[in-house]
Amino acid sequence: MARFLIRRLAFALVLLVCTSSASLLLTRLAPGDVTSQLGAFPSPAEIEAARARFGLDRSPILQWGSWLSRAVRLDFGDSFLYNRPVGPLVVRAAGNTAVLAASALIVSTLLGIGLGIFTGSRRAGWLSALVRGSSVMLISVPPLLMSLMLVFVAARTRWLPTGGMLSAGTVDASWAASILDIGWHLVLPTLALALPIAAAFERLQSQSMSEAVRQPFLVAAIARGVPRRDLVWRHAWRVSIRPICGVYGLVIGSLLSGSFIVEFVTAWPGIGRLMYEGLRARDIYLVSACAAAGAGFLALGTLLSDLLLAVADPSVREDLEA
Amino acid sequence: MRTAGAVLLGMILFAACAAPWLAPNPPNARFSNLLYAPPTWVHVGDGMAAPHVHPLRIVSRLERRFEEDRTTHVPLRWFSGGVLVSGDSEKGAPLLLLGADAFGRDRFSRLLHGSRATLALALLATLFATVLGALVGGVAGYAGGRLDTLLSRFSEFVVVLPAIYVTLALRAVMPLVLPGSTVFALLLAIFALLGWPMVARGVRAIVLVERDREYAVAARAAGASPTRLITRHLLPAARGYLGTQATLLLPAFILAESTMSYVGLGFPDTTPTWGTMLQDASNVAMLGDAPWALAPAAAIFMVVLGVNLLVQSTGRAPVQLEP
Repeated sequence: MARFLIRRLAFALVLLVCTSSASLLLTRLAPGDVTSQLGAFPSPAEIEAARARFGLDRSPILQWGSWLSRAVRLDFGDSFLYNRPVGPLVVRAAGNTAVLAASALIVSTLLGIGLGIFTGSRRAGWLSALVRGSSVMLISVPPLLMSLMLVFVAARTRWLPTGGMLSAGTVDASWAASILDIGWHLVLPTLALALPIAAAFERLQSQSMSEAVRQPFLVAAIARGVPRRDLVWRHAWRVSIRPICGVYGLVIGSLLSGSFIVEFVTAWPGIGRLMYEGLRARDIYLVSACAAAGAGFLALGTLLSDLLLAVADPSVREDLEA
Repeated sequence: MRTAGAVLLGMILFAACAAPWLAPNPPNARFSNLLYAPPTWVHVGDGMAAPHVHPLRIVSRLERRFEEDRTTHVPLRWFSGGVLVSGDSEKGAPLLLLGADAFGRDRFSRLLHGSRATLALALLATLFATVLGALVGGVAGYAGGRLDTLLSRFSEFVVVLPAIYVTLALRAVMPLVLPGSTVFALLLAIFALLGWPMVARGVRAIVLVERDREYAVAARAAGASPTRLITRHLLPAARGYLGTQATLLLPAFILAESTMSYVGLGFPDTTPTWGTMLQDASNVAMLGDAPWALAPAAAIFMVVLGVNLLVQSTGRAPVQLEP
């Protein structure tokens, strides 16, 4: 187990350094630099000062070296756009993305697995047919379309806020009120991100469940007179959960990808939006820090999915311990 | 179900191919006094038996309210000027089936023309990614050894990365404003580059198993060269897998194009694509009153649904990697 964790940590570190270095160098080598953001007519002295401050007067390799040596000491440089250190900026945006991704993961897991067990353990019935039909439809509505559609519904009905994280004029509200406000704003982006994944989960869980209930040990349990509810929710459930755990790693990646466009459409101030702004403005240090945060999410996600699989599947657990 | 998917995709492909004939107006024609106009209603009866439209008059430019001029009847023109049906833009009554956008351009015509760039890009990218993935996977699985390790590690690394961020980064480091054809080539290259590793991994696993089967050994004994063995004998075994991968990649590429264009890093506004058209929907204040701005979203949905329906009921089992 310890060896497994160390290997994973090493992989995470490599991923982190590679992605952030690659995005630093790419942004540096891209045509144009931050001085294009200096306003209409910057003086040569202003341009020189900005270039010196952001290390643009040195060669890309030298800049990368000094950035890396400072990054080891957790100094990731300054953002040009926001005119302050990128560390706190990225931490706050990453926190917002984590809130969104976590709530979408929870919603899609509960909804998808719950409904999947329901439809998988039943052969017919209009309710399970309805769920199955909506799943096939929802799988075809990726977050980009789902968020646009929900924003339209929200704009039309005014049931939900259409964007942002906080209502206007709530700067000095009490913390309980602002948490409620954030939760209220969270509903739309969460649904946009979670529903397509929940639909995929439902299909997967349903198939796996319908295979599980046909296994001999469950037939034996039926013969012994185990009540139907226990049969499904205590015995078959455990066997059928494995395929879902297997795709959890992929889902984490798609959550991260999906959250970019959802953040963009619903103006959720997360890491995707920050990175986009950084890329457009050639804000080198901001981009590389965002990439590092994204890689961190990814490493954490794959670790989480491996551990989940180990919990659900004894044979995987043995592999890890060996 | 499968037929429904095939019919849906067939209709969309037909619409894309026949776009210049089906579209009532040129995609970049601007009707400057019809900015944000609502869809044109086609009337039958009320003073004229043939299907006709009424010219739109601005009631309030600020509120974007329009009114039909009921006294003027403009009959639809069929098969004139090389298009199926059109209104009469000289009389102020063009046929705008999905309304006009912020520049007064016909949204329906742009949707039809836009499907060409969007679908061509996605189809070509799917083709390139699949072929490239098949070749690399075939070579890696057949050759084994250090080459295999290198290729496998690389593709594993690319698969792990969230594709949309890599696309974003690779696109954003190019000049932000580029002509449409350059964007097409650039996005095609990025998509193919990010798509092949997923294909290659599966093909490698299949080729690894197949190369030791009797037929492959026999072909080798008969003197088949590695190139012939891979392309004629081993890759056909992965045909089903390649088909499945292609149906996964196609919707993903359509979405990637739409996402990039939506955030303003894709095609320029003068090139109609489903992605650039979706930008219209980013104006929340307007979206509530103009649901037709979501038409490109509906088009994307139909393609994805069509592909999913086609795949869902083929009954093709996922490829078994272990014999």
